[in-house]
Amino acid sequence: METSSRQFADVIVAVPVGRVDHHSAAALETALAPLIRTARTDKGVLVFDFAGIDYISSAGLRVLMVTAKELRAAGARIAVANLKPVVAEIFAISRFDRVLGVFPSVRLAIEQFSPAALAAFDAAQPTATQ
Amino acid sequence: MKRIRFWGTRGSLPVALTASAVRKKIVMALRGASGKTFATDADAERYVEGLAFADAGTYGGHTSCVELETGGPEYVICDLGSGLRPFGNAALARHGPASPQTYHIFVSHVHWDHIMGLPFFAPAYIPGNRIFIYGSHSWLESALRRQQDAPSFPVDFSFLKADIQFQYLEPDQRHTVAGLSVTTMLQRHAGDSYGYRFEANGRSVIYTTDSEHKLDDPMETESYAAFFRGADVVIFDAMYSLADAVSVRADWGHSSNVVGVELCQLAGAKHLCLFHHEPSHSDQAIDAVLADTRRLEEITRTGQPLAISAAYDGMEIEL
Repeated sequence: METSSRQFADVIVAVPVGRVDHHSAAALETALAPLIRTARTDKGVLVFDFAGIDYISSAGLRVLMVTAKELRAAGARIAVANLKPVVAEIFAISRFDRVLGVFPSVRLAIEQFSPAALAAFDAAQPTATQ
Repeated sequence: MKRIRFWGTRGSLPVALTASAVRKKIVMALRGASGKTFATDADAERYVEGLAFADAGTYGGHTSCVELETGGPEYVICDLGSGLRPFGNAALARHGPASPQTYHIFVSHVHWDHIMGLPFFAPAYIPGNRIFIYGSHSWLESALRRQQDAPSFPVDFSFLKADIQFQYLEPDQRHTVAGLSVTTMLQRHAGDSYGYRFEANGRSVIYTTDSEHKLDDPMETESYAAFFRGADVVIFDAMYSLADAVSVRADWGHSSNVVGVELCQLAGAKHLCLFHHEPSHSDQAIDAVLADTRRLEEITRTGQPLAISAAYDGMEIEL
């Protein structure tokens, strides 16, 4: 699986793609390490854009929980957005929707946390053409 | 092996239905019966059959005790929780006190809820009965004797007049007991616990309770999948939600329904039986966990369907 990221003011948007199972969870954890460091330093927000995640196992959810603990310990925050229906059900069944903020879109997640990041995010979106 | 019979399915502590919980079940049943008439008991039975399990029954409250019916004359039991008491009474009712029996009892670990039934196991007091207690803890015998020491209990272990023998099982080795192939596996739990794999006549049952899965090591996941490989039934500690198991209840030594589904899918097991229910969970809560678990299996299925059940005191699974 691959993970890219974008930064909007004090918000980092992490974009993992693929399946997060007990083998690939380690790759996600490795990819997140520098993003966590930055978010902790900035006391910022790490938002996961899960639009490209087809499945997440318990090992992947554990990575999210570990990330949440590390961020919260430093005064930083975490949110998850854009869950596909199957992944949303996995979140509900595992009760992760009760311990992590889950948003319908990345924009709504950013709006919750940071006006500056929201302005940067909106400015970065392609302008609609007629 | 012919069948599995559950005598105790609750984790940590025995619990009992409260008056208000019984009343709630009656109210639900009466509301469902509105406008219906029942000319015979059979009519009423058919109506009750259609009710949700949480409204018509209960998961029960005894702690861990599971019987494996082998088809042979000797009894095989997993754990000595409070469910051992009704099991012992049923065995005595079946054979009478004058007919000596042999009991093989496999112990996952010696935490209180898994041993508290022994002082109330009536066959243990009857000379002539033979009781073999197996486990992979060096302190198994001392722990069972100690729980009956004064001032914790009024009847000393020495009053148990059956022939009681303790037998150490080397982990990861195959042992043969009562016609069963038995293998134990070390599990993560305070003081260690051991899971059991029982095999006979082409059937296999896994008894894995009080086992935490840290989920950070793919090799560990694979080793559990190998232990569960192709099992007909996996009796699995599903005490907590996954979110609780990896956060507020991390290192408490228990697992979740989500991990149970994943390991059974990896192992190609046929039936996952949720076990060691959280004592604070109502029947409705366990019903909801069961429904969630079945849905998870459905949306993540990649191979053969995995049957899912939630164990209750008195439940039987045919093998």
